[in-house]
Amino acid sequence: MEKIFGRPECLTEAPFTYCPGCGHSIAHRLTAEVIDEMKIRDKCIGVASVGCSVFSDMFFNFDFVQAAHGRAPAVATGLKRVKPDCVVFTHQGDGDLASIGTAEMIHSANRGENITVIFINNAIYGMTGGQMAPTTLIGMKTTTSPAGRTAKYMGYPIRVCELLSGLGGVAYLERAAVNNPQGVSRAKRALRHAFEIQVAGLGFTLVELVSQCPTGWGLRPTDAVKWLEKEMKAYYPLGVFKDVSETKSQAVPHA
Amino acid sequence: MAEERILMKGNEAIAEAAVRAGCRFFAGYPITPQNEIPEYMSWRMAEVGGTFIQSESEVAAINMVYGAASAGARAMTSSSGPGISLKQEGLSYLCGAELPCFYANIVRGGPGLGNIAGAQSDYFQSTRGGGHGDYRVVVYGPSTVQEMVDLTMLAFDVADKYRNPAMILGDGILGQMMEPVVMRPMKDYDPSPKAAWAVGDSAGRARHYISSVYLSPGTLEKHNVRLLRKYQKIEATEVRYEAVGIEDADVVAVAYGTSARVVKSAMSMAKAGGKLRLGIIRPISLWPFPKEIIREVAGRVRDILVVEMSFGQMYEDVLISACGRAKVSLLARTGGGVPSEEEIIEAAERARKSKDAVEIYPAGE
Repeated sequence: MEKIFGRPECLTEAPFTYCPGCGHSIAHRLTAEVIDEMKIRDKCIGVASVGCSVFSDMFFNFDFVQAAHGRAPAVATGLKRVKPDCVVFTHQGDGDLASIGTAEMIHSANRGENITVIFINNAIYGMTGGQMAPTTLIGMKTTTSPAGRTAKYMGYPIRVCELLSGLGGVAYLERAAVNNPQGVSRAKRALRHAFEIQVAGLGFTLVELVSQCPTGWGLRPTDAVKWLEKEMKAYYPLGVFKDVSETKSQAVPHA
Repeated sequence: MAEERILMKGNEAIAEAAVRAGCRFFAGYPITPQNEIPEYMSWRMAEVGGTFIQSESEVAAINMVYGAASAGARAMTSSSGPGISLKQEGLSYLCGAELPCFYANIVRGGPGLGNIAGAQSDYFQSTRGGGHGDYRVVVYGPSTVQEMVDLTMLAFDVADKYRNPAMILGDGILGQMMEPVVMRPMKDYDPSPKAAWAVGDSAGRARHYISSVYLSPGTLEKHNVRLLRKYQKIEATEVRYEAVGIEDADVVAVAYGTSARVVKSAMSMAKAGGKLRLGIIRPISLWPFPKEIIREVAGRVRDILVVEMSFGQMYEDVLISACGRAKVSLLARTGGGVPSEEEIIEAAERARKSKDAVEIYPAGE
């Protein structure tokens, strides 16, 4: 009998600590599948960040380093420069990457560090209790914007892919969403492409995964999936924002 | 390369000594008065096949060092007070994750932006840990350019031995001064012992992970006690100091770095004057602090005089070490002020004549 589905080899036995319906665990599973398929487990070094994914080092069955809040791209820079033959990636949430770690994100991208950032954008700080994130949508209620985010007092949600797309060191930027099977499949292709570009040594790669956070959003998992589809995708268009491995490097929306 | 005697600036001597100790990763950000270190490393690392990164911030620099150290490299950064403050977050993580690294603080006057003159006011920050949590870093206070070479090389070894950061606490004067030094030969640094814990190339072994997170109840306390045992071992084995003229001294000065240089000149001056016998205990390791020798000397001299370019920071360590067995006085300068030989002799004489300990500070506005 042929086994057609199983646990990826590079995931440990540790159960995910994420809430039901969370996008982080989908991202981990996809990352693990891609690493298995590319047979690069022995060369992989993951960098865990701070937030809900703080325990991601427990889930992957290869070398991992835990970084301080926002500093994962700097840690990954040090790792990759010392071990240029290794595949180095970070797994970061929106608060970690686009708020406290903005400088590390922009400058590692601009230096063209040959690393991959897996960016989970769920528009909220999950671990600390649902506070406003740099990616929280206008009008969205959080524990620190109880009346809803206003642009006047809290500024605008940051679009990371668009922000980074003008930087010279960036090789590949894609935004996908993990709220339906089509999106998950697209997200996996994006992750694979990012790792392949890293292996080819072409520069900085980032895959933004727009993800649902039912707990932080105060929605049932099924409603969170729908809310992402309607609200998040309207502000965060999916697509490839840069890809130096292709001739066309303009933003290409998904079909 | 064999040993050679050359004229070198303190900052450049630290950089070359680091390269010869096997350092192949440098990340740093410009700040006066330490700029010669990254400038030197920018071409020297290229020569020896290492990595030099001018980082976007001090915060990024120490985290790049964290990554490089995780991969088993001998890695370093350097800065001056304001930048070292920014590195404290990363240093706390390096200590928590038990990663070795070397860094130099070429101290300038603080607080705040302060000035760019040499000072010793980062003593507390260096010897108390500096960032959050229960930890220590090994701190060396060189007083010559030669010591900047030798202690830099030692610091790399000590950092690796204990898997903990080790630093040079210099100052703007030592960083900028030129002195003849004997440069040590290039070390054939062997990173293989780090394969037991470093990350990268995991074929054929269980995964390695480097972390300072211990969330399960009780696990952090156990981890911290393990760190404590390590720190106790460092305190028992890594103390370094120089003692001169303490046998027959009327007053024993305690001073490190630049202050100790001036105390030594004052000792010659006092000896020529014939009225005061001045000795010195010069802590070389500031943490671990040479408590024992101070305690011992405090038992047999009446007067100890702490001379420092800060408001009585090391003074507290000397008071703790002397344990009330001697009168401990203080001559403090701050904000880039350097004590003169005359000030030191006058302070020693005042201390000797006074019934109680005296604390001498510079005149304010």
